[in-house]
Amino acid sequence: MIATLEATFNAQQEASGTVVAGLEGVSKNYGDIRALRNVDFSVGSGQVVALLGPNGAGKTTAVKLLLGLLQPNSGKARVFGGDPTNPQNRMRTGAMLQVGRVPETLRVREHIDLFSSYYPSPMPLAEVLAVAGLEKLSERKFGDLSGGQRQRTLFALAICGNPDLLFLDEPTVGLDVESRRALWEEIRRFVQRGKTVLLTTHYLEEADALADRIAVINQGEIIAEGTPAEIKMQTGGKRIRCITSLSLSAVLQMPGVTDARQDRGAVEIRAREAESVVRALLARDASLSGLEITSAGLEEAFLALTQDKDTGENAGRKS
Amino acid sequence: MSSAAAVLNNTQIERSARNTATIYAKEARYEFLKNLRLRVYTLSIISFPVMFYVLFGLLLYSRESIAGTGAPTYMIATYGTFGIMGASLFGTASGLASDRGLGWLQVKRASPMPPFAYFTAKVLVSMGFSAIVIAILLVLGISFGGVRMPLLQMAELMGTLVAGSIPFSAMGLAIGYFVGPNSAPSAINLIYLPMSFCSGLWVPYMFLPKVVRQIALALPPYHLSQLALGVVGAGFHQSAAGHWEVLLAFTLICLGVARIGFQRDQGKLYG
Repeated sequence: MIATLEATFNAQQEASGTVVAGLEGVSKNYGDIRALRNVDFSVGSGQVVALLGPNGAGKTTAVKLLLGLLQPNSGKARVFGGDPTNPQNRMRTGAMLQVGRVPETLRVREHIDLFSSYYPSPMPLAEVLAVAGLEKLSERKFGDLSGGQRQRTLFALAICGNPDLLFLDEPTVGLDVESRRALWEEIRRFVQRGKTVLLTTHYLEEADALADRIAVINQGEIIAEGTPAEIKMQTGGKRIRCITSLSLSAVLQMPGVTDARQDRGAVEIRAREAESVVRALLARDASLSGLEITSAGLEEAFLALTQDKDTGENAGRKS
Repeated sequence: MSSAAAVLNNTQIERSARNTATIYAKEARYEFLKNLRLRVYTLSIISFPVMFYVLFGLLLYSRESIAGTGAPTYMIATYGTFGIMGASLFGTASGLASDRGLGWLQVKRASPMPPFAYFTAKVLVSMGFSAIVIAILLVLGISFGGVRMPLLQMAELMGTLVAGSIPFSAMGLAIGYFVGPNSAPSAINLIYLPMSFCSGLWVPYMFLPKVVRQIALALPPYHLSQLALGVVGAGFHQSAAGHWEVLLAFTLICLGVARIGFQRDQGKLYG
């Protein structure tokens, strides 16, 4: 499965052309902790790529290596074909990082004015404020902003230089649903300008909403890559819950069912595709009730992926 | 040329000298505004030297004379030295420690900001606040302490003390690289207050115990205060050159230490 995904990915990469940012066989350790293990990963020109993984998977490390804030222990990080620390490359790059404290006594407008001055051809202030949805807040001091407004200001600082390549490290972490959707809208508006974006997130939903391509990272290794549809199909599947008179073993034997178990009065079924299983269930049990279909959570998705990988490795060892 | 090729085509983006100057100016301007609006900074760096000067220089000992100079004039030099130390150490060390420890410096490092602009701004702003502190002391001394000196002498006193902010800004950068964001203020006080006392900034040098007077010779605030006192004719030594040399050496050592911290941060998780 992963091999097929990789093949499609390679084909896509060739189609979309140049690699704008990439890690080539990169390993990075913090003391004894291995943050990244021999990672190969690239972002093609004009793509929006999401690096998806749980906390501590190595996402932020990957971004920091690509920004030249960290040096790899082995392998190479490249941006625009060169060294990420090259000032020339930094003038074409914007970054939104997770930050504990931003100077609170400066106004939104002042922060943007300062960061804009670092770049050779920045966007006009009014445009930055519009794209980041900050028009009414430009005179507000950073310390007086809400969490969502602070994230939008950091986003504004990342895009104000009109960079060709944008890094967004967990852009919506800690935001409520409404602010999260607002920021997605702003990210989309920036992407429409034909920019290349690498974003990290631990929300499958966020990767799905924004990215052309997703790379799933866990424990410092990329464990799957593909389009959002491919990843979802591979990782999640569906969870079907219903009250049925059918026995558990009968349900398990249905084609497409990967798992089924009794949960209180109901049966919980996991399947790659919901439609065919539901059709079969309804055909065989006219009294079926309480039907619910949900996407499997990301936690389960990761479990599924890591398990896939483990069995693959074991099989490899046996042969 | 295809768009893909254009992306990788390394067109050299040159930053003009004028743009670079703009960055330095804006960095300094916003650093100044940031600190000016930070009440904990402005209040503490201005109120302590002013309070001590008013209490000792203008209320308690205004009629006394120290080393042949009126106490209100003498104490502009000593509390002025104390004031610029505070403005410089707090202006550089606590800002740097917090920017480093809480990720803001990393955001700046990821941007195309010339790194030197960040440090230059901190030093210039420390000099600016030092000048404000000295100006307040001079106005108070002239208005309420009968301080009289020629304009040129006043300019020389101001210039000496403001230039003296540089070694302490360098010291602040060195401290800022080796303390955490929360421990920075206490670390600064732990160095700054005993150093001020031992350098004769609170109690005039000649009234200090002999052993402390010997320690003072090794302390940069002593040398700066002697330079300032020299301007108003109350210096302890004949030549100013020796004092400047000590301050220069101290500045270079501090910058060396700060540089070690800077390089250490390049390969670290935060910074």
